[in-house]
Amino acid sequence: MTAARRQPSKIIAKVLLYFVLVLIALVCLVPFVWMISASLKLNKDVFAFPIQWIPENPRFLNYKEIWEQIPLGRFIFNTTKITVIVTFLQLLTSSFAAYAFAKLRFKGRNALFLCYICTIAVPWQSYMVPQFIMMRNTFHLNDTHLAIICLQAFSAFGVFLMRQFYMDVPDELCEAARIDGMNEYQIWAEIMLPLSKPALATLTIFTFVSTWNDFLGPLIYLTTTEKKTIQIGLRMFISQYSSEYGLIFAASVVVLIPVLVVFLLLQKYFVQGIATSGLKG
Amino acid sequence: MTAAAVPAKKVSVKKRKILNNLTAYSFIAPNFIGFAIFTLVPIVMAVGLSFMDWNGSGVQRPKFIGLANYARLFRDKQFIEAFFNTIIYTAATVPCTMILALLLAVVLNQKIFARNFFRTAAFFPYVASLVAVAAVWNALFSPTLGPVNQVLMALGVKNPPGWAVDAHWAMVTLILFSIWKNVGYYMVMYLAGLQSINPELYEAASLDGANTVQRFFKITIPQLRNTTFLVMIMVMIQCFKVYDIVLMITNGGPGTKTQVLVFYIYNVAFNNWELGYASAISMALFVLVLVVTLIMFRREKARSN
Repeated sequence: MTAARRQPSKIIAKVLLYFVLVLIALVCLVPFVWMISASLKLNKDVFAFPIQWIPENPRFLNYKEIWEQIPLGRFIFNTTKITVIVTFLQLLTSSFAAYAFAKLRFKGRNALFLCYICTIAVPWQSYMVPQFIMMRNTFHLNDTHLAIICLQAFSAFGVFLMRQFYMDVPDELCEAARIDGMNEYQIWAEIMLPLSKPALATLTIFTFVSTWNDFLGPLIYLTTTEKKTIQIGLRMFISQYSSEYGLIFAASVVVLIPVLVVFLLLQKYFVQGIATSGLKG
Repeated sequence: MTAAAVPAKKVSVKKRKILNNLTAYSFIAPNFIGFAIFTLVPIVMAVGLSFMDWNGSGVQRPKFIGLANYARLFRDKQFIEAFFNTIIYTAATVPCTMILALLLAVVLNQKIFARNFFRTAAFFPYVASLVAVAAVWNALFSPTLGPVNQVLMALGVKNPPGWAVDAHWAMVTLILFSIWKNVGYYMVMYLAGLQSINPELYEAASLDGANTVQRFFKITIPQLRNTTFLVMIMVMIQCFKVYDIVLMITNGGPGTKTQVLVFYIYNVAFNNWELGYASAISMALFVLVLVVTLIMFRREKARSN
């Protein structure tokens, strides 16, 4: 290992690097900082220029008022309910199906899996209309949470991700279990499932984030205010109170927190998940 | 313990095979049934609906009208405008996102202090709720009140851009927002690709006298071919499907200047209730995605041969 050479060019390069880094962090984070700062101001102060980053009299009252102006609590409850159910169903059915695709040999395996793959390229927006008609006319599920749950819980992506992971588990493990007399369901529950914690964590984050942030689905299906989710609720709030900037940003901050928490907790798996799905593409 | 099993009941090979198949199907069933009902069936219906005229109500029966919807596409000025808006948006967003994501990944792959913090910062816009982020963005870029223009004017710019409400700047605003929001995701993909490059390649190149720039273009870029291809396809498909961003930042405006395909589909379907025509537009979108994807795959295959 060479001794560190204090060449001027190396120092300049390092300084430049950190300058760029700080710039990147600023560009990415300043909007959020501004948002928090604005959420603590009176409406008239939000756009005061030069920007007062730390308000003189932080108006925490904003955070109290938002709960009264729109049923924010209701929206959060709705979104949480849908997200938790969808995530649970996705994890369960995807890992269940992926085990068969990865480790079992059966008739029609390739054809069925091909079905899954083909639909990944089809934009949901291309069939969202007949899907809505079917939901409304046949199942009478328009304006229900069940509709959103059904749409999101059975994705091809989940099966794809879990299958990739299961394929890396050595077949010998399953073989040994079979010889020991375990049936396939036991193998799935006692061997595959515990081993696949990283993949499950990744799928959890993906599903959580995409369901929590889902906008177009709830927009099409949920018409009663009481049933709306937080994204549409927030949007409704913004259109209704378009000049109450303090309130708007307080509500926005509240909306951002759950995803931030989940993200920070499971960050490692999120990054891993994107990485592995890319490499094995 | 002997390995030879002495089965009490002899199960024939055929029976075993059927049992295996049934077991496998039982694993797939929960997911596949839901998938078939809520995804496969609507896809087939979408194709069928595009040949019909229907307003979706239980009262009016769908009427078969052959290719009339498709013929209408060619005459529909709004469709053509939406089509080209989508292409322009994609053509600008894809290369910018890819280049920025790669540069970010390269920078954030270096050994630096608080590297995780910087990576998290770059990634956070992607997970943040679009509605919240769009609200902030619109406030920041408000032509009259927003800090961005205030700063520009303070720096001496006489007529700062009208951003989302200006006919010339609306698309630019959309593209900028889109890149800012999504670049973190693709940065992570590039990071993974970078980390899988064999460091010996760089060492050998250094010994041969290559400088940083040469190493980047002669080693990094070629080694990242697969990742680059995947990123390109994903950004492209994401751009063709865009809706939420357009709705929140410009609402298709001013007028229909930034109306994209999915935006138009939504309006035709859920505002005009012309479901047959909306399905035809949806098919056009699908064909666009399919054709471009196939072309890309073909080019990539040719290049790697």
